[in-house]
Amino acid sequence: MPEPKKTPLAARHEELGGRMVDFAGWYMPVQFTGIINEHNAVRTKAGLFDLGHMGQVDVRGKDALAFLQYVTTNDVSALNPGQAQYAMLLLPTGCPIDDIIVYRRPDGDGFFVVVNASNAERDIAWMQQKAAERTDLDVNVENVSPVTGMFAIQGPLAEAILQRITEADLSQVEYFSAIETTVDQVPCMVARTGYTGEDGFEVYCPIAQVQTLWDKLLEVGRADGLQPIGLGARDTLRLEAKMALYGNELSEEITPLEVGLSWAVKLDKGDFIGRDALVKQKSEGITRRLVGFKMVERGGVPRSHYDVQVDGKTVGFVTSGTSSPTLGENIGLALIDKSYAGVGKPLQIMIRGKAVAAEQIRTPFYKRAE
Amino acid sequence: MTEIPAGLYFTKSHEWAKIDGDVATLGVSDFAQNELGDITYLELPEPGTTITQGEPLGVIESVKAASDIYTALSGEVLETNQDVVDSPELVNSSPYDKAWLVKVRLSDTSEVNNLMDSEKYATFAAEQSGH
Repeated sequence: MPEPKKTPLAARHEELGGRMVDFAGWYMPVQFTGIINEHNAVRTKAGLFDLGHMGQVDVRGKDALAFLQYVTTNDVSALNPGQAQYAMLLLPTGCPIDDIIVYRRPDGDGFFVVVNASNAERDIAWMQQKAAERTDLDVNVENVSPVTGMFAIQGPLAEAILQRITEADLSQVEYFSAIETTVDQVPCMVARTGYTGEDGFEVYCPIAQVQTLWDKLLEVGRADGLQPIGLGARDTLRLEAKMALYGNELSEEITPLEVGLSWAVKLDKGDFIGRDALVKQKSEGITRRLVGFKMVERGGVPRSHYDVQVDGKTVGFVTSGTSSPTLGENIGLALIDKSYAGVGKPLQIMIRGKAVAAEQIRTPFYKRAE
Repeated sequence: MTEIPAGLYFTKSHEWAKIDGDVATLGVSDFAQNELGDITYLELPEPGTTITQGEPLGVIESVKAASDIYTALSGEVLETNQDVVDSPELVNSSPYDKAWLVKVRLSDTSEVNNLMDSEKYATFAAEQSGH
């Protein structure tokens, strides 16, 4: 195994008591004070996330829009400068190689794509290969991960805390929009996006400034309860909010139409990689559905890849599961045969060889009060 | 620093045993609860079950993952701590006291020779946390 890569904040995490693990080839904190404590801090106050492991790509050139229309699932032409959208990069099979966020730069000059750490190298190689194949398109795909710093501040107090050191009026930034401004005098792109189900921001800055901004935010937010958050709580937060995780809800064996992501797939926007396969799947009928459930019997916590049964017959598998800190219940998402899907209907989760009763419930499991 | 009370015996998989004649109380160490994180579920054997040193005693689940708990000493389970089954977070807050797991009638008291005493375990745990 090669030595895991370090973000500029690795030493800070160690100082702050972070338990460090190798995640997708990166040396990252899985927790600081504890997953439940960190989870609750984000739900009630605010949390700071190191996202230095994620990948960033600049897509520029006269035909940048046409190129992104071709390699992503969403309708990029709908983006005004400063707007962002969730999308996927698909294989010709219609299954994703990753889920991504596409930003149209606030100054209108090109696009900025954020990809998952675990898939970054492959995504970028894929996009560059497609750009090279499409000789008809004038586009340049540049990996800017090495120079881009990224962190998130999430939670009901995120805006108030970030505002203290941000020049622009953050209340004017809409959900899934970004602005160019300065944070503690450092030029940044600040987006109202996140992966927690809470209000909050993701901040992109020059990589050399990440540590200073991190320290400054913890300083100005400490009195409000701002604390660093590890990957463990990041996962429980996103799962309660029913946000997909690549490798769990998304993979090369699952299409977006099966997991409730058809809203991010615009089949009518024109040709894109994977479109034909999805059109075919849609016309033949979608046979699996992603459902949420909670355990209604003692027997353990549902985990990814556990089998799901109904009356002794295997009908699917768990994609993600956990003990939900907010609900105080063991919950999960499962990809199952559509004919067994329905809120209130029973499932049995196979935990250590035993069928343990679960009931399908509405998702998202958690939705913040407006 | 990890808490290690004197007078206990420990496994390399971070379970503890407190021996009182031919009865032992078994649990998981402070080091273990700290490594596991927030504990949310425990599966323990019923009274009357025969358990064997080194074999799984039960299952402990944290928010993040499920792990086996191993049996420190063989014997017959006399009592299972229902409080810790109902409130697994006791493992985090009180691993040596409120979160004892089972009491066992020992079948072979010489098995204690396979365990570390508190002093040896302190050295072992320090090495483990230095990784």
